[in-house]
Amino acid sequence: MNPNYLDFEQPIAELEVKIEELQLVGSDAEMDISAEIENLRKKSTRLTEKIYANLSAWDIVKVARHPKRPYSLDYIPRIFTEFDELHGDRHFGDDKAIVGGIARLDDRPVMVIGQEKGRAVKDKVYRNFGMPKPEGYRKALRLMEMAERYKMPVVTLIDTPGAYPGIDSEERGISESIAQNLAVMSRLATPIICIVIGEGSSGGALGIGVGDHLAMLQYATYFVISPEGCANIIWKSSDHAPDAAEAMGVTSTVLEDLGIVDATIPEPLGGAHRDIDMMAQRIKEHISEQLSALDQVSLDDMLERRYQRLMSYGN
Amino acid sequence: MSWIDKILPAGVRKSESSDRASVPEGLWKKCVKCDSVLYRPDLERNNDVCPKCDHHMRIGARRRLDIFLDEDGREEIYADIEPVDRLKFKDKKRYKDRLNAAQKSTGEKDALVAMSGALSGMPVVAVAFEFNFHGGSMGYAVGEKFARAARQALSDGVPLVCFSASGGARMQEALISLMQMAKTSAVLERMKQSSVPYVSVMTDPIYGGVSASLALLGDINVAEPDARAGFAGPNIIEQTIRQKLPKGFQRSEFLLEHGAIDMIVHRNDMRATLARILAKLTDQAPPAEVISTELELAEDGELQAGEQAVRALDD
Repeated sequence: MNPNYLDFEQPIAELEVKIEELQLVGSDAEMDISAEIENLRKKSTRLTEKIYANLSAWDIVKVARHPKRPYSLDYIPRIFTEFDELHGDRHFGDDKAIVGGIARLDDRPVMVIGQEKGRAVKDKVYRNFGMPKPEGYRKALRLMEMAERYKMPVVTLIDTPGAYPGIDSEERGISESIAQNLAVMSRLATPIICIVIGEGSSGGALGIGVGDHLAMLQYATYFVISPEGCANIIWKSSDHAPDAAEAMGVTSTVLEDLGIVDATIPEPLGGAHRDIDMMAQRIKEHISEQLSALDQVSLDDMLERRYQRLMSYGN
Repeated sequence: MSWIDKILPAGVRKSESSDRASVPEGLWKKCVKCDSVLYRPDLERNNDVCPKCDHHMRIGARRRLDIFLDEDGREEIYADIEPVDRLKFKDKKRYKDRLNAAQKSTGEKDALVAMSGALSGMPVVAVAFEFNFHGGSMGYAVGEKFARAARQALSDGVPLVCFSASGGARMQEALISLMQMAKTSAVLERMKQSSVPYVSVMTDPIYGGVSASLALLGDINVAEPDARAGFAGPNIIEQTIRQKLPKGFQRSEFLLEHGAIDMIVHRNDMRATLARILAKLTDQAPPAEVISTELELAEDGELQAGEQAVRALDD
């Protein structure tokens, strides 16, 4: 099995292998096989379209966790310029699972905060697999309050398997750190745009996820508990994770219907990892549009709208 | 029938088929902590705290509010809020059926009861979680009732007291449950900005989404003795870090030691303590002496006789 492709993508992987082989042959063979390669390419695209048109909730969970899925640090330099990373919560430490700093979106200064899972194994360990501890949420809070003081919009990129479940996390008050962010973000006097770029897992995601606009990438997921966790509790077996994913409605389609997610940003065919530049461009355009829309609203109206929106969840 | 059955009240008599190790329901109850056999009327007079070992037993939402609020002037509020199954969630059973069963067995519409009333003559709004309803989990109905009760406290300018006991966000309402964290935190932040006091009393157990929102946002955070509270459950943490958790982890003493709560308050002192604190926060004269809830144990002799009688049954 090709690890760059997910299980349901293996037919595509097989075609891609054929194309690669033909290309190798083509370079030193006499006969012209470019027509055949072109043919296979079209076939591969059609197959990808077909497979991606019928993804189950569980398939989408897998795309959101794809090992090649772009992370915050892949997007930040492509969306923003002049990113100056800022570190530390000023109390305990600097959490590497949350990155944040001041950047520009075109000309405009913005505060960017994103969860970062890390790519290579060493990097993943360094980033604690994108699982923030209290100091991560407190760093985010510090930066958001700074953004409020300097009238910079806040953009958050959500991608975490959850807040870190560990002894030190509990000792330093992981619950309080998340709760505090929810409270302050509900009234922070500057526009907040939240985008789920990969995996939005529960309170750990929500801890940087309250704002004026919530968007999800097409194959991102957002859930109150991981499908495996839900299956373990309700079905007593993680084998039922696909059923749990379906039942909880973890995708943007369902969450838009529920009125929780405002917009879905379409991904390139086969997922964001197939064309990171294109994905970053689309995210950038989306942020710009939303900020322009929010610029038209007075601060008081924006905050009242944000509050009423929070009060309406589930109605 | 043996001689001892003849002298015991009907409710205590054991039927032939019953398990000999169990303590019969009725006048006697075994403490889950110290195994003492307790005379029910004594236990009730002591607010369901074991008179032998001081173990605070779990109590329902209505009993909680009953022993907390003044007898006069209580009124249940927002009793008509019903849970909503927006996702038509189904696992082995339908969520709707699970809700019906929980409503039947508890007599509650969902896991939160709200009342307006008085504490030592001071008007308050008080809410309590019903742990027997889906583990006190927070979905739309709990979040909505909490938010409305808090908004009432805010508009009336009277303190809010919440007794939480909850496993966390309710999985069957998925992201709607998660968003109740943001909803409840947002209204509590408005209270904070308006200097309307909020006291959060944590009672065993509080985890997940309730811990990471309303339970830790009090002006004053209080816990009952030996209550467990945390973000991640001990099993999850042990699985993640692959080591045993220290003794007392996530218990009230741990929370106090790590700065998450202001104090541990014995159930029998709850009324007096909170009345004293709230009177100061709202700049009122010290409250009239709080009705003593001192325990009035039955004569020691009586208790021992009862204990011996039940022990004899067990032999």
